[in-house]
Amino acid sequence: MNDMLNLLVGLAMGMNLLALGSSRLPAIIRAAAAQGVILGVLPLLVEAHLTWVTVLTCVATVVIKGFVIPHLLRRALRAASIDREVEPLVGYVPSLLIGAAAAIGSVALAGALPLLREHTGSLLVPGSFATVISGLLLLMTRAKAISQVCGYLLLENGVYLFGLLLLGRIPFFVEAGILLDLTVAVFIIGIIVDRIQREFDSLDTRKLTVLRE
Amino acid sequence: MTNLALIWMPLLAAALAAVWPRERSRPWLLLAGGGAHAVLSLWLLVFPPPATPNAWLAFDPLARAVLPPVSLLFAACAAYGAAYLRLRAERPNRVFVAVLLAMLGLISAAAQARHLGLLWVAIETATLATVPLLHFNGTGRAFEAAWKYLVVGGTGIALSLLGTFCLGYASLYGGGGGDLTFAGLAAQGAGLSRPWVLAAWVLLLAGYGTKMGLAPMHTWKPDAYGEAPGMVGALLAGGMTTAAFVALLRVRQVLEAAGAGEAASRSLLVLGLFSMAVAALFLIGTPDFKRMLAYSSVEHMGILSLGAALGTAGTAAALFHVWSNSLTKGTMFLSAGNLHRAAGARTIGEATGLGLTAPRSAALFLAAMLAITACPPFSPFFSELRILRAAVENGGGFTAGIFLFCLLLAFLGMSRLVLAVIEGRPRARRPEPRSGLRETAGVLLPPAALLLCSLWMGLAAPAELNEVWRAAARFLSLLP
Repeated sequence: MNDMLNLLVGLAMGMNLLALGSSRLPAIIRAAAAQGVILGVLPLLVEAHLTWVTVLTCVATVVIKGFVIPHLLRRALRAASIDREVEPLVGYVPSLLIGAAAAIGSVALAGALPLLREHTGSLLVPGSFATVISGLLLLMTRAKAISQVCGYLLLENGVYLFGLLLLGRIPFFVEAGILLDLTVAVFIIGIIVDRIQREFDSLDTRKLTVLRE
Repeated sequence: MTNLALIWMPLLAAALAAVWPRERSRPWLLLAGGGAHAVLSLWLLVFPPPATPNAWLAFDPLARAVLPPVSLLFAACAAYGAAYLRLRAERPNRVFVAVLLAMLGLISAAAQARHLGLLWVAIETATLATVPLLHFNGTGRAFEAAWKYLVVGGTGIALSLLGTFCLGYASLYGGGGGDLTFAGLAAQGAGLSRPWVLAAWVLLLAGYGTKMGLAPMHTWKPDAYGEAPGMVGALLAGGMTTAAFVALLRVRQVLEAAGAGEAASRSLLVLGLFSMAVAALFLIGTPDFKRMLAYSSVEHMGILSLGAALGTAGTAAALFHVWSNSLTKGTMFLSAGNLHRAAGARTIGEATGLGLTAPRSAALFLAAMLAITACPPFSPFFSELRILRAAVENGGGFTAGIFLFCLLLAFLGMSRLVLAVIEGRPRARRPEPRSGLRETAGVLLPPAALLLCSLWMGLAAPAELNEVWRAAARFLSLLP
C-alpha cells in the first residue's frame, strides 16, 4: 500500500517539474490536471476504512481538479488566443533546477522533522513541501495570468497532500473547506481573467503596472 | 445562543439583498443589517453571555473585546453607504450590498471561532467574498487591484491552511485525538511537537499576516485601498484586519501553551517594527492620499503586532488600539472618499484646494489625520501611549525608540500630504458640475460620528471597557 502511495506521490512531484519546465500553456495546464487526478485517487490508498465521505471527496477532487478547472483554464486560453508563456522572470532551466533542488531539500527536511510511525518513509510530507515550493515559484515568476493560476493550483495541491496526513482524524468540514476554496477561488479568478482579458487583451499580468510607487 | 445571531443575521440580510428587486431601496438593507448587528454586539458587550468552554463559536472575552468596534464601524459605513449608493446610482448595487453584509457575518464568525479549522474557513470565505467589492468601480485599475488582492491574499490563505494542518499534525504527534479547538490544543501544552508547532507558526504568521497586511506581505494593500470605494477600504482596514489579528492572537495562545511563546512574541515584535518602518518610509514619499491610507493601515497593523508582543499589558493596549484604529480609520476612509469624489483626483499635483471645494469633508479628514497620528485627545494617542509604556517596561528602550521614531516619520509624511491637498487654490472648475460633488448630510454624519466616538474613547472611556481589554488579555495568557 505504502509503495503504491509513494509511487503516486512521486508521479505528482514529477508533474511539478513538467509544469516548471514547460513554456507552452496547454502543457502546464495538462500537468496541473494530471496532478489533480493523482491527488484525487490518493485518499483511497491512505484511508484503511472506506466511508462514503472519503469516496465522495475523491470523486469530487478528481472531477474538480482534473476536469472542471482545466476546462475553465482552456476556455480562458482560447478566449485570449494565447499559447505560450513569454520569457519568464526566471528561465525554464533555472526553474527546473530550483524545482529539483526543492524536491531534494524537502526529502531532507522531512527526514529532520518528527513523523508518526505510520508516516516514516512516506513521500507525503516531502511531496507536499516540494509541490508548495514549485507552486510558489510558478506564481511568482511567470507573467501570464493562466500560468499564475496553474501555480496557485500547484500550491493548493501541495497543501492538499499535507492534509492527507490528517485524513480521517480531522473534522469533515476541513476537507469541504479545501474544495470550496478551490472551486470558488478559480471561479472568481476565471471571471477576473475574463475581465482582465477584455481590459488588456493579452492576459499579461506584466501590463498590470499602472499601480506602483 | 444570541451570539450566533451576530453571524446569521447579516448572512440572512445578505441573502435578502441578493434577491431584493429594487435598486433604490436595497441599500437600506445595509443599514438594517448593520444597525441590528451593532445593537446586538453592544448588548453583548454590556451583558456578556455565560461562558461555553466547548463551543466552536462563542462570544468569549476576546470576541467581546474586538467585535463591538467592527460592528460600530460597519453601522457607520452602512449609513454612509445608503447615501453613497444614491450618488453612484449608475452602478448596479446588488452584489455590492449582499457581499458587504456577508462580509460582516463572516468577520463575526472569524472573531468568535474557537476552532482552528473553522477560523480558517471563515477568513477564507470572507477574503473571497470581498473580491467583488474591490472592482465595484469597474475600471481597469480596479480589476488590477482585485487581481493582485486575489493572488497575494489567496497565497496567504493557502499558506495559513498549510500552517493549520501543521498545527493539527503537531497535536496528532503529541498523542492528541484530533481536537482542534484552541482550548483543546492549549490543553495539550508541551505535549505538542515543538518543530511542527514552530513550522505552523511561521506559516500561519505569513498567512494571516498577509491578511492583516504586515510588511513585507502588505503589497496588495495600497492597490486595494486605493481603488476600492472609501467605505470598502474602511471595512477592510478596520474589520478584516481585526479578524486576522484575532486569529494570530488565538494561535499565539497555543504557542505559549506549547512553550514557544517567546519565539512567537519575538517574531511579532520584529514584524511589527518592520511594518512600522516600511510604512513610515512609504508615507514620507507617496503622493496619493488614498494609498496613504493603506500605508497608514500597515503602520497600525505593525503597532498591533508590536503591542501583542509585549506581554499582558501590551496585549490589552493592542486591543484598545483595535478600537482606536477601527473608529478613526473609518473617519479617514469615508472622508477621503468624499474628497476623492469632489476632486476627481487623488494625488498632490491634481487635487488641491479641497479645503475650499469640500470644506466639511476636508475638516473631517484633517481632524482624523491628526487623530490617527496620535495627537491628543483622540483615542489613538492613549492606546499608543499604553503600548509605549509596555514597550519601555518589557522591550527596553531600543524598541520604544524605534516605535516613537516611526510614529514621528508617519506624522510628518501624512501631515505633508494632507495639508498639500487641503491647502491651496482649487483647480479650475470642470465644465459640468459633478453630482458626486455635493456634501450631503448622509456622507458627512457617519464619519463625524466615528470621529466623535474616537474622541469620546480618548477623553472618557469608561473603566468597564478597560476591564474588557484586560480580561481578554488575561484570557489569552491563561495557561490551562
